Amino acid sequence: MPIATLPLATVGIGLLAVWSLFVGVSDVSLATLFGGAPGGAPDQATQVLLVSRLPRTLALILAGAAMAVSGLLLQMLVRNRFVEPSTAGTAESAIFGMMMVSLLAPEMPVFGRMAVASLCALAGTGLFLAILRQVPLRSPLVVPLVGIMLGGVITAMTEFVAYRQDLIQSVRGWETGDFSAILLGRYELLWLSAALTGVAYLAADRFTVAGMGRDVATNLGIDHRKVMALGLVIVSMTTAAVIATCGMIPFLGLIVPNVVSLVRGDNMRGSLPWVAVMGAGLVLACDIAGRLVIHPYEIPIGTMMGVIGSALFLYLLLRRNGHAG
Amino acid sequence: MPADRRILSPMVVLGGLSALTLLSITLFMTLGARGKWDFILAFRGTKIAAMVLVGYAVAVSTVLFQTITNNRILTPSVMGFDHLYRMIQTLLVFQFGSGLVASLDPRLRFGVEVASMVVFSGLLYWWLFNGAGRGDNRRSLHLLLLVGIVFGVLFRSLTSFLQRILDPNAFLTVQDRLFANFNRVDVELLTVSALVVLAVSLVGWRWRRTFDVLALGRDAAINLGVEHRRAVMAVLVMVSILVSVSTALVGPITFFGLLVANLAYLVVRSHRHALILPAAVLLAVLTLVTGQLVLERVFGYNAALSIVIEFVGGLAFLFILVRGSAR
Repeated sequence: MPIATLPLATVGIGLLAVWSLFVGVSDVSLATLFGGAPGGAPDQATQVLLVSRLPRTLALILAGAAMAVSGLLLQMLVRNRFVEPSTAGTAESAIFGMMMVSLLAPEMPVFGRMAVASLCALAGTGLFLAILRQVPLRSPLVVPLVGIMLGGVITAMTEFVAYRQDLIQSVRGWETGDFSAILLGRYELLWLSAALTGVAYLAADRFTVAGMGRDVATNLGIDHRKVMALGLVIVSMTTAAVIATCGMIPFLGLIVPNVVSLVRGDNMRGSLPWVAVMGAGLVLACDIAGRLVIHPYEIPIGTMMGVIGSALFLYLLLRRNGHAG
Repeated sequence: MPADRRILSPMVVLGGLSALTLLSITLFMTLGARGKWDFILAFRGTKIAAMVLVGYAVAVSTVLFQTITNNRILTPSVMGFDHLYRMIQTLLVFQFGSGLVASLDPRLRFGVEVASMVVFSGLLYWWLFNGAGRGDNRRSLHLLLLVGIVFGVLFRSLTSFLQRILDPNAFLTVQDRLFANFNRVDVELLTVSALVVLAVSLVGWRWRRTFDVLALGRDAAINLGVEHRRAVMAVLVMVSILVSVSTALVGPITFFGLLVANLAYLVVRSHRHALILPAAVLLAVLTLVTGQLVLERVFGYNAALSIVIEFVGGLAFLFILVRGSAR
């Protein structure tokens, strides 16, 4: 693959991002921005751009990149191609944490909420790994099955409590990713996940080695346990931050790394920038499509990704079977 | 299974289950009743009828589905059947408009829905179970399971996508049809469903020995002279009808069938469908009625039964999955 393709892809994503700035109900265009439009109010257009469109576009890029990278990370750590935060119980546990905070400490500031959600996500993912350890014969497909079922059980717990406390609507909000409520001051948490993605990049080689299994990693002089812990913390915190800001984006972390690895192979340092860029691009494209299909209304990205992501996932599953027999 | 572990004969087990079920129904009808009896009996009677019908449909469809797929961990719901049903309902309204769909005779509408469901699911699952005929004849079970679950997600997402695009009136029509629960059951639909279920049962009962043969697996069944393709297709049709009935009445309950079917095999310790089917039905009704009774009388609220079932059933599913893979 020529070296210039990544910058090219980045430019493509940049164009998508610019387009995203100009899609919406309120009229924001170059003409209204710089005045001169008949009856246009330049101040209002600038206002919409700065308070709503720009934060939304940034949130899309940050959340897309972060979720795709945490999918890749989780796949390395669990050593399974079909795992991502929403098929490992991570996202569902984070939602459980969010609900418990709203119930027990509704006044808690947003960082506190995220901390609790991260801890719950960490516990849920830990439980997932503990169950996996009980399955000696690791058919690669059992792993996501266990994760999805665990997620189902945790969701049932969440809904049981939420049902009694009239929180079902908040829970539905976290379950369906939606960027329509993103405004200036409501998305900054995502910069934290961007920082965590940076940490993941710095430690990428360790994760690659850890992805070869505990014995190989230990032989190569890596503290497997520490690397696992670091990876799980990054994944949990990223997932919690994204869910706290805009809700769950299903299948993103599954599709993007799989497609990238088809082209690029499994060296994490090499594929991570690709995963981040493609993740941001996919989310941007889905969100723009969701805003255009039933304009002036919009379809939340959780629904769009549910349709596109599950269709792609099915393709991956059945195609793989055809090849591997 | 060693013979000495079979302490009770299947008939005794069935008798005991029937007695327990009757007891739970009696308790449900009478416990904590204040006010006029004819109102209470009619009100609770509708609920009971719905629970019996749903329990019956879920139990029978799961056992039959497990028979044709030769597997104790698959259920129609896990394979996305009921999300498919919801999607088809939504599609019908989307395509033909709420006015037309709402003005149809409920029996006719039900017929149309079930027919499209049978055609769709028949094609889909036929392809899934037999599609790998080239080369490797059987798809791996785990792949099937995962594909089924993801199909369920796909159908659900598509449904909510369509519902977003529907105009509000049409959406209300769909919502009315899809989000029922045990406390708000359409009496007219209940009657239609009961008749449909009765018809399926009459046909199915005559086939009960064929089911026993089908359970031996495809090759053995063909050797024993069963027209396998036709029989499986017939079972798929029955399953689709039963799933449609239960989904139309109370909405999807994913793991319930898995729970009662496995329990039935556990308590009856037989593979004869003449014993397994009634046991599964009794267990299903018993669980639903007792669960609802406990929720209503002990915890004092309604409608959360499906959530509790989802929780327990999900745990059971995980357990079976982990234990099954460990072997």
